[in-house]
Amino acid sequence: MGLGARLPWATLACALLVAGPLIGLPLSFVFAPGGLEEFSGFLPEAVTATAWILLGVGGGTLLLGTSLAALVSFFEFPGRRWIEWVLVLPLAMPSYVFTLFALGLDVPGIRSTGGAVCVFTLVLYPYVYLLARAAFLGQSRTLMEAARGLGLSRTRAILRVGIPLARPAILGGVALALMEALADFGTVNLLGVRTFTDAIYRVWFEAFDRDAAMQLATLLMTVTLTLLALERLARGRARHAQLSASGDAIRPVRLRGPAAAAAALVPLALVGVVVIAPLVQLGAWSVESIREGLLPPEFGAAVRNSLLLAGMSAVLVPVVALLLAYGARASRSRTAAAAARTATIGYGLPGSVVAVAVIVPLGWLDHRIDGAFGTGLLLTGTVIGLFYAYLVRFLALAWGAVEASLLRIPRQLDEAARGLGADRLDVLARVHVPLLRSGLATAALLVFVEVMKELPATLLLRPLGGDTLAIAVWQATTESLFETAALPALMIVLVGLLPVALMIRLSGRLGASEVEASPAAAAWVDEAERAVPA
Amino acid sequence: MSHVRVRGLSKSFGAVRAVHELNLDIERGELLAVLGPSGCGKTTLLRTIAGFEQPDAGCVVVSDEVVAGPGRMVPPEKRRVGMVFQDYALFPHLSVEGNVAFGLSTRPREERDGLTRRTLELVGLQHKAKNAVHELSGGERQRVALARALAPEPELVLLDEPFSNLDATLRAGLRREVELILRDAEATALLVTHDQEEALSLADRLAVMRDGHIVQVGPPVEVYGSPATRWAAQFVGEVNVLSGVARGSGVETELGVFDLRAPASGPVHVAVRPEQLELRADGNVNAEVVAREFRGHDVLYRLRHEGGKTLLVQLPSLELHEVGDAVFVRPAPAARTCALVD
Repeated sequence: MGLGARLPWATLACALLVAGPLIGLPLSFVFAPGGLEEFSGFLPEAVTATAWILLGVGGGTLLLGTSLAALVSFFEFPGRRWIEWVLVLPLAMPSYVFTLFALGLDVPGIRSTGGAVCVFTLVLYPYVYLLARAAFLGQSRTLMEAARGLGLSRTRAILRVGIPLARPAILGGVALALMEALADFGTVNLLGVRTFTDAIYRVWFEAFDRDAAMQLATLLMTVTLTLLALERLARGRARHAQLSASGDAIRPVRLRGPAAAAAALVPLALVGVVVIAPLVQLGAWSVESIREGLLPPEFGAAVRNSLLLAGMSAVLVPVVALLLAYGARASRSRTAAAAARTATIGYGLPGSVVAVAVIVPLGWLDHRIDGAFGTGLLLTGTVIGLFYAYLVRFLALAWGAVEASLLRIPRQLDEAARGLGADRLDVLARVHVPLLRSGLATAALLVFVEVMKELPATLLLRPLGGDTLAIAVWQATTESLFETAALPALMIVLVGLLPVALMIRLSGRLGASEVEASPAAAAWVDEAERAVPA
Repeated sequence: MSHVRVRGLSKSFGAVRAVHELNLDIERGELLAVLGPSGCGKTTLLRTIAGFEQPDAGCVVVSDEVVAGPGRMVPPEKRRVGMVFQDYALFPHLSVEGNVAFGLSTRPREERDGLTRRTLELVGLQHKAKNAVHELSGGERQRVALARALAPEPELVLLDEPFSNLDATLRAGLRREVELILRDAEATALLVTHDQEEALSLADRLAVMRDGHIVQVGPPVEVYGSPATRWAAQFVGEVNVLSGVARGSGVETELGVFDLRAPASGPVHVAVRPEQLELRADGNVNAEVVAREFRGHDVLYRLRHEGGKTLLVQLPSLELHEVGDAVFVRPAPAARTCALVD
């Protein structure tokens, strides 16, 4: 049997490994019916709090993200090209780090559902902003011009044509922001908002009730998967909307005077509050903590644990993603493609759900192995459980990056290489690896950063004494030791800036070639030349 | 013995018979074009010769080596068969030079550099050696693809619809250029296409393919002038199929007597090309001009003959007839035709 024939089995095995525990979660309702009765107070509380968060964050990110995207797409003002990218920076700020900053400054009213909504809106609006902006940039100028010709003012044309056309993209962005808010544990726990993730944590750690935790996780998973389905649907529609648009891109209108100043200053102030101020404050607290000996206990071990976990995941997860994507490509079968899709449903699932889902099969397997060989517990309570959870949670992230670069290698390229005397291994080494390198590097970077930031799954599955930077931040903040939390938090944010910088660089490069190639840009130059008196 | 021999080749995909008991010979140094409508199996034929498909039956012999046959399947990289793909399949991560040198990795460095340089000169792209592939125009990409296939000095070069991705204005020039490059390289080449003009103007010999097998092989002049079947006559250029009675070296039809290329007797169908008819506008009348297609250097008339038949007539555009004109249509002097197999 050739490599090509064996790969699909590897793909299927990967898919089962990753999706199996999630599919198994709902079984808890069968094996322990009424498991939640003991915690009857938890459920209504969690449903109410989660619903308020979803409503508030949905509305907040919708308004903030869409209006900022409209501002930079439809208007020209000093510094626009630069501000366009500055507005993405909050992506690097984990919400629990921003919460630490807000708590440290003792912002009034922050310990409430409304406070949590504000925190989430400020750090998650870039999802809506990015997708809405891409949609606006893809719109045809003629549509807006038609609206103007029909008697609409500039602003009304944006409201009645520009934004409605971008609706699928905007809703897709909102769905992503909501999934992030649902997945969060640190912020709601620190602010005392009793959502689903918080309830899972308390049922797990305070009541040690596995079945109830599984059932809560199942409910939360259902909500997340619904949002995921909405996002996919919106993405499909957005593509459709893009295809129907043709012609030159919209031309931004130049703002003057106070309007131009406001257009530049409002976004800068926003990013100042969400990114710059916290960085400065964390820096100051870090210096203080070093000077006064207030660093977290076992700080060196936390740094080492974080780097090790993140580094090893950054190798493991992309490799599995590669195997999965390769198998689907090699077999050309529908089953393998479906398996690859199934394996990526862990995307966007809350870390606490994933942790609860993997612990059960691991625990079962552990007791079998222990029973047979007397080895003690090998899987649960060790890093193996953690890696498993990271794999389930972040496989989709790596798969997306790998798959994108694999798409750049059409089958004909393999055949061209074979025809030139390269055997299968040669093709792999001389064609695939060079073409996949950047995709694999991106996947590794994304996984590295996400594992550094990850809090809930790490908290539930870590081995004894296995604190990470994220846990150190959370631990110190719960005890209001803000100076102690500052240095690990600062490190997490700085590492988080890497992929954002990468994204900005890639988009910048893409943007430049698009500008060169676009007839709109050429027309612009023509017009500018005519405007200058000879 | 021919340089490349294909014998009894068959290949099916499920219930679809793509290639069926196909025979074909290619002589050393010749350029053979396989012409057929889309879906006739010509790309499958190419891919089977290249080694990307395994035949169900039959064999392929390249330079006295059986590369595919019962119990034998030489992998594509060992066949010394170069291929130029329809969309070129250039490696996006390599420069022009890197692409051309790709198939030479096992040669010593000096030989590799020399071959790469010479091949780039052959296709006239030595000044673009260091360029990235995406910086090239469509025509240049095609020449890189050709250079890449030629550099390892293969026994056979396969070209899959090589001009279909180019615009019409470029096509004619590149066709000539590719032909010259292949001749300079003294390469043996098999080109598949569905474009008759391309096949007729480019090839030393032409093979007409239909439903998985070869209908007729021969020099373009012969295939055009003496099509073997009614289908081949209609596929390669425009044609009037007339019925008549053959008597030795001539055939009598409702339009008059035509010379026959090969003697025959009895009732036959013959293929008469539109340029083998001529029109008179004086005296006798036997047809009416129904439509006129002006093509610059010549004009194609569609006539209704008094017998009810529609006829195509092609004439130089020196003197024009109008739609509705009454005309007399008759065989052009020295018009030779042949009897068709149905």
